[in-house]
Amino acid sequence: MYEFNYKKAGSLDEAKALLAGADDGKLLSGGQTLLPTMKQRLAMPSDLIDIGSLAELKGIAVSGDVLSIGAGEKHADVASSSEIRSALPALADLAGMIGDPHVRHMGTLGGSISNNDPAADYPAACVGLDATIHTTDRSLSAEEFFVGMFETALSETEIVVGVDFKVPQKAAYMKFPNPASRYAIVGVMVAQYASGPRVAVTGAGPSVFRQMEMEQALASDFSPGSIEAIRQSPESLNSDLHASADYRAHLVGVMAKRAVEKAS
Amino acid sequence: MISKPNFTGIGAPIQRKEDKRFITGQGQYTDDIARPGQVYAAFVRSPVAHARIKEIDASAALELEGVLAVLTGAQLKEDGIAGLICGWTVQSKDGSDMIAGEHPALAVDKVRYVGDHVAVVIGTTNHIARQGAELVGVDYEELDPVVDLESVRGANPVHEEAANNVCFEWELGEKEPTDDAFGKADHVTKLDITNNRLIPNAMEPRAAIGEYNQAEDHYTLYTTSQNPHVARLVISAFVGLAPEHKLRVIAPDVGGGFGSKIFIYAEEVVCLWAAKKVGKPVKWTGERSEAFLADAHGRDHISSAELALDKDGKFLGLRVKTIANLGAYLSTFASAVPTYLYGTLLSGQYQIPAIYVEVDGVYTNTAPVDAYRGAGRPEATYLLERIVEKAARELSIDPADLRKRNFIDQFPYQTPVIMNYDVGDYHASLEEGLERIGYSDFETRKAQSEAAGKKRGIGFSTYIEACGIAPSAAVGSLGAGVGLWESAEVRVNPTGNVEVLTGCHSHGQGHETTFAQLVSHRFGIPIESVEIVHGDTDKVQFGMGTYGSRSGAVGMSAITVACDKVITKGKKIAAHLMEVPADSVDFEDGLFLGKDSNKSLAFGEIALAAYTAHGFPTDEIEPGLKESCFYDPSNFTFPAGCHICEVEIDPETGELDIAAFVAVDDFGTVINPMIVEGQVHGGLVQGIGQAILEGCTYDKESGQLVTGSFMDYTMPRADDVPSFDVGMTVTECPSNPVGMKGCGEAGAIGATPAVINAIINALGVDSIEMPATPERIWRAANGL
Repeated sequence: MYEFNYKKAGSLDEAKALLAGADDGKLLSGGQTLLPTMKQRLAMPSDLIDIGSLAELKGIAVSGDVLSIGAGEKHADVASSSEIRSALPALADLAGMIGDPHVRHMGTLGGSISNNDPAADYPAACVGLDATIHTTDRSLSAEEFFVGMFETALSETEIVVGVDFKVPQKAAYMKFPNPASRYAIVGVMVAQYASGPRVAVTGAGPSVFRQMEMEQALASDFSPGSIEAIRQSPESLNSDLHASADYRAHLVGVMAKRAVEKAS
Repeated sequence: MISKPNFTGIGAPIQRKEDKRFITGQGQYTDDIARPGQVYAAFVRSPVAHARIKEIDASAALELEGVLAVLTGAQLKEDGIAGLICGWTVQSKDGSDMIAGEHPALAVDKVRYVGDHVAVVIGTTNHIARQGAELVGVDYEELDPVVDLESVRGANPVHEEAANNVCFEWELGEKEPTDDAFGKADHVTKLDITNNRLIPNAMEPRAAIGEYNQAEDHYTLYTTSQNPHVARLVISAFVGLAPEHKLRVIAPDVGGGFGSKIFIYAEEVVCLWAAKKVGKPVKWTGERSEAFLADAHGRDHISSAELALDKDGKFLGLRVKTIANLGAYLSTFASAVPTYLYGTLLSGQYQIPAIYVEVDGVYTNTAPVDAYRGAGRPEATYLLERIVEKAARELSIDPADLRKRNFIDQFPYQTPVIMNYDVGDYHASLEEGLERIGYSDFETRKAQSEAAGKKRGIGFSTYIEACGIAPSAAVGSLGAGVGLWESAEVRVNPTGNVEVLTGCHSHGQGHETTFAQLVSHRFGIPIESVEIVHGDTDKVQFGMGTYGSRSGAVGMSAITVACDKVITKGKKIAAHLMEVPADSVDFEDGLFLGKDSNKSLAFGEIALAAYTAHGFPTDEIEPGLKESCFYDPSNFTFPAGCHICEVEIDPETGELDIAAFVAVDDFGTVINPMIVEGQVHGGLVQGIGQAILEGCTYDKESGQLVTGSFMDYTMPRADDVPSFDVGMTVTECPSNPVGMKGCGEAGAIGATPAVINAIINALGVDSIEMPATPERIWRAANGL
């Protein structure tokens, strides 16, 4: 690890100011991606601005058909929250599948989506559950927020404050984990809303995406059989040691089908 | 004795004595040791697989405050420090010695793999040393690397000495009789097979502290070694750093080795040398990333095999041609692993009248490859158990039945590949395995799986291995540079407690418990009265260390003989004190008993008498009670067993579930069943890991390590493996006084082919590559 300045922010405003004033500042929340990267000397931020204990980033609340979760909430808290378990069990399930117990007790929702790892689970939840991302500067839809591989719409000094998930009629998340990292090789969130179904895929491509063909098929018949024949194209999907693009494409179909089955 | 309450002797499953310090954080590992004034070493490692070093510019690093020195291979050479050696000379078919390329501790002129040691930076803190290492500028002239095993010949030479990148072309067995056997065969089964490369990853990464005392001209090395005396011998006699009596090697608590800490590594030599250069103790603690790059890797063979059978399924002959990857440099025992630890095991548990094996050991621009849990024996077992199962498939013979038709059942049995099996009962372990797995109901379970859309398969592995390494004369005749006896010293203190000094080294095996159980049993004293001392060349007389499941069969045999010598002397003392003839004293359960008298003396009383020595006839009995033994085994030992794996596969995703795993092993006498079962579990996990999870991958073009972290290298985790069903059958080993065979590697040897055979059986295919990842299984299941 290279040397850096550690600064603990007392408020979001202070965090923003510290971030603006740093040469190459990084926000530290759970640190589950940032710290290993720094330990491997692959990142050398000048300043770490710790927002891990800010009360402004905490909170889980259900109001009507909106589930609001603070950006600083840890995966383990989301997984075990009784409010989330009853309002949106698919989301609690997803949080419980992230990493391992250590990661889940440190890593946060805001940290995960701000990093936008193409194999992270939360992006599928945000897009699949039609979430609105609230930042210090604005509110934007999940689809606007996730731009590309490790890339979001966040500006240099913008901080994710919380996420509003729309509570669906039914939903389920199915994940095929990478055997080594346990990130998603393919993860699919399927949700049914009065306005229609949503199918969000993580792990397979450079960034989370909606599988529109499946959404259309499910709109007329929300059943596993309706998407059985749909083939995800492997074109532009990720390919690595653990899974080729062809295999990922195939798994998108299988995971989507199983998610529909589970949700039904 | 076993029925006694609180029994702690041979056969008692007592908890491990050493665990209290380990689980309360009081273990003393190399990195826990801080020497006064110590400074830190960081290695500049090659970022490229193959290149000439044109220039090393240390100026920027030397300007960094706190950097004490930047040292290179050229300086090492100037100081007359020689390179590392391979301790086993293998000969090629034509009688010529293997070609051992230079192995300098720091690269001279050339780097040969990603992670190779280019220079070392010594800094006052670890942080400064690392900063300094990044500031060392190295100008590389890159060369095309050799990575692919099948195209080493004609590629750029890794070592100029070995023009075709061939280190040796070795053979074993007789070619003509084997060819004749194939001429008479009714059926020939052929198999091309790859044994995937593995990265050991012990829990504790390697570390070293070198210390130099100028006044005494004496060095001390603290290191993560499985065999400190061998390290001292090599560093003294071959590297030439210091004479043996001026070098102390301490291997304190060591957190796992699996073979990877047998070898003498560049970092150890460099820390010692640098300590003298800078006049301060120099410490290096490897990072996990460095362990991935530069610990010796394991396995990595490609082979073609043929098995000749007659019309009844009797084996007639086996022909094997293997290319074994040795990596960029010959590590300490690299040449022995794919030859004498591999070819000699190709007879397995079977009567195969003729065997001929050829092994080409080749250099590549990858990390050195050497012994890893099982070392050669897993490679032999995997090949043999795969081809036997394939033959059964081709001949439509039940795989268990084909094995039974060919089992060796008369002992001793001389194989055509050197080994002389002393004892075993292969039918017994197979029968128990079949019973435990419920073989007769397999078809029912298979049908249930099929009804649920799953594919179920069962796979066997009836393995043998050679442990108790090894009779010195035997290994000497095969090219070993050392004898492979083991030593023990048993010191009885005046107050009756006992210190046992052993040349073995415990780095997870639990010697402090099992060795103490043996001594407590032998002397009839409480286990708390026995202390095991190991891992320090200044304390322990000498020793060959721990690997090859040798510490029980060889190390404990040495202790047994030394204990018996103590008892013999104790009897003399007792006879003197009881005033009875010397041959009329028995020793039983801690008491010296005068025959035909009611006199008895306790072990402690004799111990005290030995040191007071009052009234001793000192011309007949020396004072003191301390005996030692250098025990040379008369034969290898042959643990064997039967592993059966049952898998269920989801053909839609390729997901694999190990539905059941049975291991029935014959380890001879068992000292502590709990520890043995733990060893089996650990071995099985590593064997299963090789089959379905672990695979070291280098990019074939660039020679970069693709699986350089746990994000890509799949280490087995608890949820990857089932709850194991472990059983034991026992045939006592006749070649050592304890009857032990060794249990440390069996799991890793037997499990791998059982898993792959089960997958192949489930899918109805002929082969699948390891690791059998979900994608590979999915492709095989769907004919893609």
